[in-house]
Order: sequence, then C-alpha cells, then structure tokens
Amino acid sequence: MVAATSRVPVAKTYKIYIDGKFPRTESGRYFPLKDDEGNVIASICRGSRKDFRNSVVAARNAFAAWSAASAYLRGQILYRIAEMLEGRAEQFVAELVLQGVSKRRARAEVDATIDRLIYYAGWSDKYQQVFSAVNPVASSHFNFSVLEPTGVVAVIAPNDSGLLGLVSNIAPAIVGGNTCVVLASELLPLCAVSFAEVVHASDVPAGVVNILTGFRDELTEQFASHMDVNAVIFCDGDTDVSRDIQVLAADNIKRVISRVDTKWSEDAAQNPYLIKDTQETKTTWHPIGS
Amino acid sequence: MSLAAVPVSTQMPDLGQVTRVDEVGVKERVARFQSRSIKKESKVEALKMVLSMIDLTTLEGQDTPGKVRQLCQKALHLHDSMPGLPHVAAVCVYPTMVGVAKQALGDNDIKVASVATAFPSGMTPRQIKLEETRIAVDDGADEIDMVISRGAFLQGEYGFVFDEIAAIKEACGKAHLKVILETGELGTLDRIRRASVLAMHAGADFIKTSTGKIQPAATMPVTLVMLQAIRDYYYETGRMVGMKPAGGISKAKLAVHYLVMLRETLGQAWMTKEWFRFGASSLANDVLMQLQKQATGVYQSADYFSKD
Amino acid sequence: MSINRPIIFPKTNSGNFVSTEPNKLAFNDGWQYAPAPESTDHVTIDQRYKLFIGGEFVAPEAGRHFETINPATEEQLSSVALAGEADVDRAVKAARKAYNGVWSKMPASERSKYIYRIARILQERAREFAVIESLDGGKPIRESRDIDIPLAAAHFFYYAGWADKLEYAFPGRHAVPLGVAGQIIPWNFPLLMCAWKIAPALACGNTVVLKPAETTPLTAMKLAEVIRDAGLPPGVVNIVTGAGETGAAIVNHPDIDKIAFTGSTEVGRIIQKAIAGTGKRYTLELGGKAANIIFADAAIDEAVEGIVNGIFFNQGHVCCAGSRLFVQESVADEVIRKLRDRMETLIVGDPLDKNTDIGAINSASQLETIESYLKLGQEEGAQMYQSSCAVPDRGYWCRPTIFTGVSQSNRIVQEEIFGPVLAIQTFRTLEEGLSKANNTPYGLSGGIWTDKGAKIFKMTQGIRAGVIWANTFNKFDPTSPFGGYKESGFGREGGLHGLGAYVRLEA
Repeated sequence: MVAATSRVPVAKTYKIYIDGKFPRTESGRYFPLKDDEGNVIASICRGSRKDFRNSVVAARNAFAAWSAASAYLRGQILYRIAEMLEGRAEQFVAELVLQGVSKRRARAEVDATIDRLIYYAGWSDKYQQVFSAVNPVASSHFNFSVLEPTGVVAVIAPNDSGLLGLVSNIAPAIVGGNTCVVLASELLPLCAVSFAEVVHASDVPAGVVNILTGFRDELTEQFASHMDVNAVIFCDGDTDVSRDIQVLAADNIKRVISRVDTKWSEDAAQNPYLIKDTQETKTTWHPIGS
Repeated sequence: MSLAAVPVSTQMPDLGQVTRVDEVGVKERVARFQSRSIKKESKVEALKMVLSMIDLTTLEGQDTPGKVRQLCQKALHLHDSMPGLPHVAAVCVYPTMVGVAKQALGDNDIKVASVATAFPSGMTPRQIKLEETRIAVDDGADEIDMVISRGAFLQGEYGFVFDEIAAIKEACGKAHLKVILETGELGTLDRIRRASVLAMHAGADFIKTSTGKIQPAATMPVTLVMLQAIRDYYYETGRMVGMKPAGGISKAKLAVHYLVMLRETLGQAWMTKEWFRFGASSLANDVLMQLQKQATGVYQSADYFSKD
Repeated sequence: MSINRPIIFPKTNSGNFVSTEPNKLAFNDGWQYAPAPESTDHVTIDQRYKLFIGGEFVAPEAGRHFETINPATEEQLSSVALAGEADVDRAVKAARKAYNGVWSKMPASERSKYIYRIARILQERAREFAVIESLDGGKPIRESRDIDIPLAAAHFFYYAGWADKLEYAFPGRHAVPLGVAGQIIPWNFPLLMCAWKIAPALACGNTVVLKPAETTPLTAMKLAEVIRDAGLPPGVVNIVTGAGETGAAIVNHPDIDKIAFTGSTEVGRIIQKAIAGTGKRYTLELGGKAANIIFADAAIDEAVEGIVNGIFFNQGHVCCAGSRLFVQESVADEVIRKLRDRMETLIVGDPLDKNTDIGAINSASQLETIESYLKLGQEEGAQMYQSSCAVPDRGYWCRPTIFTGVSQSNRIVQEEIFGPVLAIQTFRTLEEGLSKANNTPYGLSGGIWTDKGAKIFKMTQGIRAGVIWANTFNKFDPTSPFGGYKESGFGREGGLHGLGAYVRLEA
C-alpha cells in the first residue's frame, strides 16, 4: 500500500457564495490565510462591493418566496443544515484546527453549532406563537399583531468565532424568513465557506444565505449603507465602527443590531429574542359584523 | 321632478351585482350623522320639515271610523295654538278605512295612504293582493303601502317578488306605490340593499322599511343602506325614488338625525314630503313639544298636546 | 340587463376621471346646519407658560419665549417658554434624580396607581383638554372630543395596568427600565402623542423629559398640571417646550438613555445619525404614504367612507393617512363619483364648531407646504378636484382635494404631503395593486377593501407596513401596536409590543 504522504493532496479553493453559486470574487483579489507559523493555508477571496451588491440582489430576489415558505418548511431546512453539518463535522473540526483552534475546542464548537441549528429549527413554528398577540380593542374590530421578517439582513459576523458565531447570526435571521448577506470572520474564514457548501446541500433556496469573505475595512461601509438592505447586524468593532454603521444605516432607517458583547459559546447566545431582532410587528384590523 | 318624467324600466336586476354592505362601516357612518349638532334656526326648520313629512298612522285591528276621523282631525290641526305649522303629509290606514279618511280630510292636500297586500304578513294569494289594492285605490287612496313576500325573498325567489311588485304597481294606477321591505325580517343589510334594488327596478315610487309590527322596525343603519340604494339607482337611471322609514321613530331628535342622514346621502332634492316620509304615530307630538320649547325656552309636558 | 352600478363616464386609457356627470346630487342649497360652537367658558389659557421641571413650573434660564397661535384665527393664544440647552440639562438632571431616588425603587404596583391617576384626571378634564387641543392645533372639536382626548386617557389607563405585570410580557426574560427617556412629539395629535410616549415609559419604570411640538404646546402644559395634581414624584415627568434646538439638546444630552421620536423621516434620520455610537436606545415613528386599495368586490359605500376617513381625518395631518388611493378600474368611476359627492358634504371651518369635519391647517408653514404640492400636482399634469365648500377668510385652510390622472412617478404620489390631499390611481389585478402599494420607501400603514376573505389575508400579508386596516381605516386603540416598516421607522407604540421600547431585557 502506498503511503498517504506520498500522494499530493488536492487543496481546496475557498470561494464565496452568492445566489446559490460559488463564484470567485468579481474583484479577482485574494488574501492569504496563514497559520501561526506563517504558512499559507489557503487563498481567501477578498470580496468587493460588487460582490456585496450582487449578493443583495440575490437576497432581495429570494426574499418573497423564502418569507412566504411555511414555518414548517423553514424548520425542516434548518434541521437539514444541522444534519449535513453533522455528517461533515470532521471537516469543520479540521478547518478550525488548521486555523489554530485546539482539537478539543474545535470539536466543541462544531457540536455547539449543530445544536444551535437544531435549536433554531425548533423555533421556526413557535416564535410567532410566543410573540404575536390578539389585541382587545374597544371598537367592533378583530385586531391581531404578528411578526413578519424585516427583509434583507446584512450580517457582519463575529471575528473571533468563525463557525459558531457565524451560524448563531445566520440561523435566527433565516428561520424568521429573512434572507441574508454575511461577511465572514476575517481572521477565521475557512468554516464560513465550508458552511456555505453545507447550506448549498441542504435545500436552502438560492439567495437566502449569501456568504462573503473579505476585509471589514472595505466592506463594513457597504453593509451599512446599501439602500436595499433592511437591517444590519454587527458583532464586533469599537465605538467608531458602531457609530459609522449607525450613521450610514440612517439613510434608509435600517434596523441596526449590535451584538458586540455576545459570548457565542454560551447558552445565553441563543434565544428567540435574536429572531425577534429581525422581525417587524404587523397589526391588522378588521370589522366584526355581518 | 315629477314621477312621470322618467319611464320606469321593469327589468329584473342582477342582484349578484349589487354592492356589498359592511355593517360596522354603516354603523360608523350613522354615528357621524348622530354627532351632528342641530341647533337654533336649523333645528326649528328641521322640526317643521319633519312634521310635514309625517304619515300619521293608525294600523290596529281595533281601528274604527271614529278613531280614523280623530286621526284626520289631528292631521289637519296639529297644534293650532302655534301658528305657521305645516300639516302632515298623509294619514296611513287600513283599506277599509280609506273612504272614512278621504271624507274626513276633504279636499285638503293631505294624502290618504292605505296599506294593502295582506298587510302586515303578505301571506295571501296574489289575486287577493291585487284585488285589495284596486279596492283601496277605488276608494280614493292616493298611496298604497304594500308588503313584499319576505318568505319568497328569503327563499331566493327574487323573480316572484319582482313580478308581484310590478303587478301591484300596475294595479295602483295613478296611486303612488310604497314598497315595504319589512327589514326586520330580512336579517342582513346585504339583503336589505338587494331588496331595495329589486323593489325600485320593479317600479316602486317609495321604498319603506317596516310595517311597524315587527321588531326591529326602522333604524338609521337600515335606512342609510336604503338611501344609498336609492342614490345608486338615481345615478344609474335618473329616476328619483322616495324613502319612508316607519316604526320606532317617536322622538324629534332622532327624526332630525334622519334628516341629517338624508341631506348628506341624497342631497337637498329629496328633502320634501314628496320624497321622504316618516311612518309614525307618536312622533308628531314630540316634535310639537320641541318646537314649543324652541319658541318659549321652556321644557314642555305631554298634557298640553292633543293625543289622537 | 339593468344592474345597480352606474356606467356613466367616458374613460380614458389611464382610467382618468372625466367630469360629465348627469343625475348629480345637490348638497349646497336648502337646509343648512346653524353654527354649533363648543363653549370655551370652562377653559383657561395662561398668558405665559413656563417649563415643567422637577415637579415645578420654572422660567427658562435665558428668558426666551415663543408665541403659540390659533391657526383658525391667527390670533396669539399664549406665550410659551423656549427651553435652551441649560433648561434641558436641568430637566434631565431632575429626571435622573427622580429615576435613581424614587421611581426605579418604587414598587411597580405603586407606580401603576400614579399612572391610573393621570388617566382619571384626564377623563374628568376631557372637555377642557378637547377645547384647548382644537384651539391650539386647529383640529375639529368632534375629533379632539371623541378621539384624541379619550384615547389619550385610555392609553394611560392601559399602560398603568402593565407596570406591575412586566414579567408576563417578556417570556424567559427580566425587563428592566432604561433610565431617562427623551421624547420628542409632533403637532398632529399633541396630547395623544404625549400619552403614547409617557404612559409606557412610566409603566416600565423610566423617567421622562418630553418636548411637545412648537405649534401645539398647550395641552402638554395642561398635562403637566395634571401630572402635578396627580402627585407624581417631582422629576418623573419633565416637559420642556421649544423648537428644533430644544429637541437637539435632548437628542444630544449625554445622560439620556433612550430617544423616542415621532415626526418626519427627515428628522428621524438626523436623530439616528446624531446618536450613533452613543449607545442610546431609540424608537422612531416617521412618515408614511399609505396605499388604500379598493377592489371591485368591496362594500363600495363603506370604502368611500374609509377613503374619506383615511385622508381627511385630522386635515390629513396623519402619518398613516391613506394618501395613495388605488381603485380597481371597473369601479373607479363609481368610487370617484361617490367620493366627490361625499366631499361636498364635508364641512370645513371653525374647529370649535361641533359640525366641523375638517378644521384648520396646523400652521402657516404647513399650509405653504400643502399648497406647494397642490401647485406641483397640477404642474405634473394631474387633474385636481376640490370640494366647493366655503372657507373662512382668516386662518389656514385647505379644501379637501383629490388628484386623478396620476401614476407612481408623480411626486404627489411619492412624497408625504401631510394635508387633505389624495392621489388616486387605478389598477387592474391584485398583483398590480400590491406591487404599486409596496412601491415606496415608506411602510407605516395600508388599507384594503374587499368582501372576499381569502383576498383580505393575501393583501394584508402582502403589504409591507406595520398597520393594515382591512375594510376600515385610521382606527387606533391603546392595545393595538402602531409603527412602521422601512423608512417609516421602527419600534412599536401601543399594546404589549409598545413596552419593548422602554425596557432592557435581561436573562
């Protein structure tokens, strides 16, 4: 038997994920991801504003059908993502290890990520029941309030949690019927691309999840300012970053959601209020009569 | 505009095309009419208008020529101590009392209206209804208040109801026909709207809410729906149809709110006794008391107003 | 076949209304309603109003005042303190002191009773408040008496009961107050907006610095009296009158934890930018350009009433006004004809007359804005129709106005006019109606009229807006959340959802 080491391994090309496809960045630019010893692990797409623009178009196009999909179906699909991730857990552990995470912690992060997906899959047909209301108005009307997804959500995922932090932001957004464009961790981008492949294999319609890699310096402004984005979530950055995002978001009154202090590995980082962050309350009135 | 100005087309309308009615919306609109504050000279004018539009009514099994003559006296002399009052529009009696009323009223322009067509139920064969109508007209009735066959209407036999109204209209000759829908038995405002359309297309000169024998009788929501049907029919054909709410309107304030509703729904052209009537027995005295109060500033007692 | 629908008007391809009406109704001659003015005997308005800070009425530090006038007569009603930065700072300090010292420590059930007291006193003094609201803001007494004031009292009553039940409002979470809330409200519903802002803030345990609008400060100052009479601890509610600079001082004050603003999208945007990076919470209730969609199978007469209520309520000074009307082509002529006849019965004039339907435009500048849009609409080629009613010589007035022959590309269709001005378009299919309804950066409200249940749900789900009225319009209730999608703002006011704006949730 030929020793494995004698075979030249096939290196993976990490691409970005837009509209259910894996293009290379439109910019043609890459940046090297290095391990602690300075060895290049992979070339990572340096996503551009045009990649982001294309992602928003895809997300907007996907919104109508995804938001209209049944809660049951959305739950099934999130569950399916968890299943697929479980099946490919070793790959994700390996990628985390490659990026400098200890084997034990890597395993724990992958497990937590799978569990988090299961958690939100289960919420798909329940958060509405928890947060909706029938309002006892004084006039002769039936009045009720329900949640509806905000729309296209731009997510700047946490830098320090390449897989769990990413998924902890994507899952509550999409389980609620939003579509999203996500900027992956700049420091730990590998799992994001592999997660896109899992998403792709899990019956998630094209455009519902779009994942870019690249530099925050270049892309944060785009995420915050695009006029067809309804909400922007950011998970780290100093006061200046936070201020810039809010200022830019104001041009179309985006919902700005800061998750800067969240510890993604804790149980507290998963709850239905994260779903509610990207939901709108719609109240409907109708007369009661004959 | 005279009734004869526009030829009546007697073609069965497509009731499925009649616009829907939303009960809550109708009630909200009525509340707006009721929130109108009618004071001072406009109140006096309205109260006098109400008096002039009253069909003074007695429709009892115990009616006698004596009772009807007293009613006619009241119709002619509402309250002679108060000068400048109009007299009522008509007296409304059973067919057997038409002759008595006609004689008692003389050649005054107060009309004699007779209920007919087996009032109030209408549950008798058509030839009898027709014969009853002809007799009332022959005895001198100026106006015939017929009832529709509610059972047939509720059964969906719209053609039967339509034909019956058209036949009675023909039997009326030159007498005006008021068609009583008996709205309290129709159940929904949608049906009331459709019945109104049906009656107008079949030739009704007036549409009327109720016999007064069934509760609820006239209400403002029901009357509004009928006024709106009249307006749409006028838009469509150019023919004016009159409106008569009857039963349950005994207070002057309520009657004035009906006039507000009339004014804001059909406009000024309808605001005469030629196009609007109140079917009522005790309304007149309450109006008289209000007029006296307006004139003297003092609240009145019923003892000072004749009951006939 | 003869059916009960008028098929009368020649129609152009765009569904434009052509006025050649036979069988026209006449509303103008004959019996009219005599003036029925509401009495002002029981109302006192001071010549000068101070600021309400720390439970006392205090003079503004710089001694500046501004006039508030009656827009129906252009006469001055009172002179009102203009709060500057120093005054706002004083108010915030008073609010902070009250928050730390009293309000956040008080048992919630006691807090609740104070808010109930406010509701009760408002109910007792309702008529006085209604008259002042109409004098200061120009709205018809029928609306201030039947809608604004009772709803304001009801709002306090509703939220009073929440104060000691917050643990049931947020499952799995513990709700804690934010601290000091800075609140800036508009001139279209002066007292009601005070209630919408103050009631939930207090119920959740916050203290308040509120700025009423420049043109309508009087009922807020009367409310200050009520709050004092209700015995609220000093500083729990502070009311500072003023203009833009006063609002800016609130927005920029470092010791304010939350900003709640109702007003234009333009100012909302400025506020969102101003507080960026400060960590202040904020809710914004901004502009709108709501679609009101009439299908052929609607109850047409009630729909017409809904159109009138949608655009002419409160002179059209309503952020959720149904200012874009969409009528299905097959009933467009009927609807427009009925609408025009209905408009003829609307009485424009003295806000204090109980029969007035449309009062005075709130201010000279708002009238100028509205008139510029009337001019623009005509320049854009739309057909303008106004009712023929008389309007008084003095004061600010605008007849009820509709524009036909417009499309989504007209500016009068795109921009919020905030006046009694309706832009009417036609549509053919449900998809077309829905797509045009959503073709706006706003998303506050929408209306839909049809007799078909399944279509109601398809439309109410499809319209991207926070409040949808189906077969009704412009209804409000303290239990019913109100607020927008997209550029109409975010956060909800009213109902259980309105609590969320004034608490932080802890695990």
